[in-house]
Amino acid sequence: MRREIPATGVVTRRYRLTMDVAVQTEGLRKSFGSTKALDGLDLAVPEGTILGLLGPNGAGKTTAVRILTTLLIPDAGRAVVAGVDVLAQPTKARRLMGLTGQFAAVDDYLTGRENLIMFGRLYHLSRAEAKRRADELLERFDLTDAAGRLAKTYSGGMRRRLDIASSLVARPPVLFLDEPTTGLDPRSRLGMWQVIEDLVRDGTTMLLTTQYLEEADQLAHSIAVIDAGRVIAEGTSNDLKAQVGGTRLVLVIESTQDVARAVEIMRKVGDGTEPTLEGLTVCVPVTEGAGVFAEVVRDLDAASVRIADLGLRRPTLDDVFLRLTGHSAESVDEPPTDNDGAAKP
Amino acid sequence: MTTVQAAVREHAGRRGTIFGDAWVMTIRLIKQIVRVPDLLVFSIVQPVLFVLLFRYVFGGSIDVGGSQADYVDYLMPGIFVQTLLFNGAATGIGMADDVQKGLFDRFRSLPMSRAAILLGRAISDLIRATLIFLIMLGVGILTGFRFSGGFWGAIAGTLVMLAFTFAFSWIGILIGLTVKTVEAAQSGGFIWLFPLTFASSAFVRTDSMPSWLQGFANINPVTVLVNSVRRFYLSDSLCEQFGVPALGGQLLQATAWFFGILLVFVPLCIRSLRRMSR
Repeated sequence: MRREIPATGVVTRRYRLTMDVAVQTEGLRKSFGSTKALDGLDLAVPEGTILGLLGPNGAGKTTAVRILTTLLIPDAGRAVVAGVDVLAQPTKARRLMGLTGQFAAVDDYLTGRENLIMFGRLYHLSRAEAKRRADELLERFDLTDAAGRLAKTYSGGMRRRLDIASSLVARPPVLFLDEPTTGLDPRSRLGMWQVIEDLVRDGTTMLLTTQYLEEADQLAHSIAVIDAGRVIAEGTSNDLKAQVGGTRLVLVIESTQDVARAVEIMRKVGDGTEPTLEGLTVCVPVTEGAGVFAEVVRDLDAASVRIADLGLRRPTLDDVFLRLTGHSAESVDEPPTDNDGAAKP
Repeated sequence: MTTVQAAVREHAGRRGTIFGDAWVMTIRLIKQIVRVPDLLVFSIVQPVLFVLLFRYVFGGSIDVGGSQADYVDYLMPGIFVQTLLFNGAATGIGMADDVQKGLFDRFRSLPMSRAAILLGRAISDLIRATLIFLIMLGVGILTGFRFSGGFWGAIAGTLVMLAFTFAFSWIGILIGLTVKTVEAAQSGGFIWLFPLTFASSAFVRTDSMPSWLQGFANINPVTVLVNSVRRFYLSDSLCEQFGVPALGGQLLQATAWFFGILLVFVPLCIRSLRRMSR
């Protein structure tokens, strides 16, 4: 069921290991017991861009990030960050990257400011430099008022901001964001998106993992979809959407007697492809979204077709998966090791 | 110059040392001691109850030689050692907490020395142990304990005990790294300390035990440590009454245990740290 999509030029796997590519992996493999978490993963993130690593739970996203950030040693393959081989020179590589994981990993019993100073000291900034940098970051992430409070009193959004600030203490040119918005309320999520956009404007290269197509769509310059530990599609979000077929109009009718008329009307508003029929549900890809809505309602009404439900459906990660792999994103079994910070078999 | 190149140049000169990094970790954990006073209180409550229990409830029927009033002098070195060993086990809980919350992974992703994460933990533990010891010493003095071995004896005995605490906290660190959850560290971290402290000379003379148990009790690290501390803290005449073996042999065995524990558990901790990357 695997389909190739053409290389788009934004991300290709043929970059040489130079500074043009800030993050690169080649043939990464990693197994936990009998579970293959990564099965030959090739990624390349050009400098100053965001690569969205998209996939369901257990696809290997977190494992890839953990290898790139030197937390995990792969069974095979190589990984290069900012020109430094993370396996050969892990300490040097760590100076050049920041990591924001799925958990806001800050010390609850330190204040926000103390957390940042501590991380600065561990990046070996001088005491004065660490303090200056902490104040700068508190200001930037709107935490100045809460700077003297213990981190355990912070709200979820504040913790996440402190967490991302912590990973920026040493101004790393490369940042790994592992599901940075998972568990955040919509407002905090938008705030986090703003932060990420600001960072890329400043020239930071980012690898962002997410389960949300919308998030990758909003932020990433290019997207790599991974499943079962390997890249199954890569390109811009437009490329991927083209694969999935764009927005679809979905109509559910009340009676089988109306099927023929409903299909007829849907064919007319569709993009030219034949509508699909499943039970009482008729589905057709459309080129323009809301515009067809009024038209289809009018036509259905005129033809006396009773409507149970009518809606526009944007392609979701699940659609991408269904199209690319033949299985739905949710049905993928999650290996116990992936996405689980500390545990290993 | 690109961002990456600029950063590579900027960071090239920055180097840390394991001791510098360990100190940063120590400071962080010391702040935690002060800011989570419940933890400190809980590590005090149990030994205080033990003092009261043994001093006033069981003490009257425990014969260690010497007069009844002297039992508190026999007891307190045992209580000190037991308290400090439990403190070492509590290290595992803090360690597991860091692992569970993902903070440990953040530290591992920093250009710091990874061994410093553990070393800082052991050092802060020693500082907490000193604090707890001073509080327990106060409790001991209130219930009648006196140093009869002189000033230098008191200093020497305390140093020996704290050195042992440092060695023991590596066992706690290993447990924390291995179990990875606070709950498991809580239940698994302490169980093994009960037989170790009770089948020893901490509360009663080992020659009052059945012979099969005496064999174990006499080589038990807790016994040799408590006996060494008694020899330092108490006058020779009191030690003779209590039948405490001569200092030389006990201190030699205690020293052997000290190095033995470090030689076994520090490498095991480092191995466990490495295994996290697999």
